[in-house]
Amino acid sequence: MKGLRDLLVLTRRNLVHIAREPLQLSDVTVQPVLFTLLFVYVFGAGVVLPGGGSYTSFAIAGLLAINLTTSAMGTAVGLSADLGNGVIERFRTLAMWRPAVLIGRTFADVLTAMICSAFVAVTGLIVGWRPEGGVLAALGGFGIFLLFSYALSWGCACLGMISKGPESAQSVGLVLLFPLAIVSNALVPTEHMPAALRTVADWNPISAVTSSARNLFSNPNPSASIHTWPMQHPLLASLLWSLALIALFAPLATHLYRRRTTG
Amino acid sequence: MTESMIEAEALRKRFGSTVALDGVDLEVPAGSILGLLGPNGAGKTTAVRILTTLSLPDGGRARVAGHDVVTEADAVRHGIGVTAQEATLDELLTGRENLELVGRLGGLRRRQAVVRAKELLAQFDLLDAADRLLKTYSGGMRRRLDLAAGLVAHPPVLFLDEPTTGLDPTSRVRMWAIIRGLVAEGVTLLLTTQYLDEADELADGIVVIDHGRVIASGTAAELKAKTGGARLEVTLSEPRPDAGEALEEFAAGPVHVSRDGRELSAPVRSVPGLATTIVRALDEAAITVDHVVVHQPSLDDVFFALTGHPSEVTPERQEVPA
Repeated sequence: MKGLRDLLVLTRRNLVHIAREPLQLSDVTVQPVLFTLLFVYVFGAGVVLPGGGSYTSFAIAGLLAINLTTSAMGTAVGLSADLGNGVIERFRTLAMWRPAVLIGRTFADVLTAMICSAFVAVTGLIVGWRPEGGVLAALGGFGIFLLFSYALSWGCACLGMISKGPESAQSVGLVLLFPLAIVSNALVPTEHMPAALRTVADWNPISAVTSSARNLFSNPNPSASIHTWPMQHPLLASLLWSLALIALFAPLATHLYRRRTTG
Repeated sequence: MTESMIEAEALRKRFGSTVALDGVDLEVPAGSILGLLGPNGAGKTTAVRILTTLSLPDGGRARVAGHDVVTEADAVRHGIGVTAQEATLDELLTGRENLELVGRLGGLRRRQAVVRAKELLAQFDLLDAADRLLKTYSGGMRRRLDLAAGLVAHPPVLFLDEPTTGLDPTSRVRMWAIIRGLVAEGVTLLLTTQYLDEADELADGIVVIDHGRVIASGTAAELKAKTGGARLEVTLSEPRPDAGEALEEFAAGPVHVSRDGRELSAPVRSVPGLATTIVRALDEAAITVDHVVVHQPSLDDVFFALTGHPSEVTPERQEVPA
């Protein structure tokens, strides 16, 4: 009970932080809107989907993936700031539920991911995107994204603990996550990528997540005709990817946290 | 009431090849202040980190508020308040939010946390700044808020790691008054400091550490007595050749007479009423005296005598406006 309360108290505190940090706040509000408009109108003018369909309908799922991936970095930045300025030391002298520090971070991340996806979705609806598979399927699609972004935030928690400070967490995170997000089917069909990139893109967890959301939204999904296992079973692949990332990074983050804070 | 609230036995800690603590014993009776005194890098902060469960000892045992710091760390955390040397509050929260956060995580219900935060803000004269973000606070205000955060859950044992380092003299005196007030309420306190006058001013008992070892302990008076005792200085109205002889029976060493024969000085053992006794003795010998002083050694003298190096910090105390 006390543990749950600690978790809520810290989650709330982390959300207050995001609201008061203009850069982080714009990452989950201004950036999703801007990216959505830019890609829909700039890329949409040039990209022709194999098998037809509108780029706008195709792009929103991908934009959700891209925005959620970059917003997961909030965990890395916030955690590394807390470790740097001694706040976690203070928490550690209190009789609180210790895992709340890490779990509260990742929970706050899920909530910001929801805000971020809402901005993308509303902008999408305004420019003509429609999820056409029904309400439940659409919610399922968002669920897949949130689970994946929760998994990523555990990875980012690890990053936050091994980086020297919030700035380096931010730049290392960008260097790792941005190519991951771009070399995928999120923004363009993978058909015409060079063979090596195409293999990476087809096995990239972001492609699996985006593909399964496109299916659930009944949006155009050219990847459905690609004969790799994850593109043929995107839903299963994205669940497996997410669970595998959590199974890997959650214990690793806990271990790194212990190592960083006891000595 | 003589039970110990803080007990440490043979604490050891090393970081790589550096020995931070090399077998430190400490004991703080309930309701008293122990001053842990030593230069930078002596091991004071390491000792505090172990006693506050932030760090694990490599050897030795310690009990705080009746519980073992390693095996019963959570129970220890229920009984302690900590004010670390570095500020450990949240820059992006207001003063009030910081205290409420600490209260909630420390186990208070929401309403209790709100009430307690307000009480402490008033007590530490921070009500006006309560709703400003911490990053707008001055150094003195931060220290006060940090101390307040340590008190949220009414802990019986309090650790203050260099509570006045970096404060200007006014904030320092103010902090001292606050600390005295706490002990008057029955809190047991361990205070680390590099400032000898601070230990002298506040602490009941003093432990001096250097290079991770206890090199002396006792009350301020005992420590002063250990190192050479006091020094007597007498100024006569007019020179008298027999004055030196008259002082010899009180002196613990050679009596030094100035060239004009009017000023005499000698090391003495400090006993109650010494000045009176000396004036009477000189009066009986019909020697008239203008001036008598018995200088007690300062803790600086003590520190120098114990470590062979001066207490390095005092002259270059850096100051932050209140």
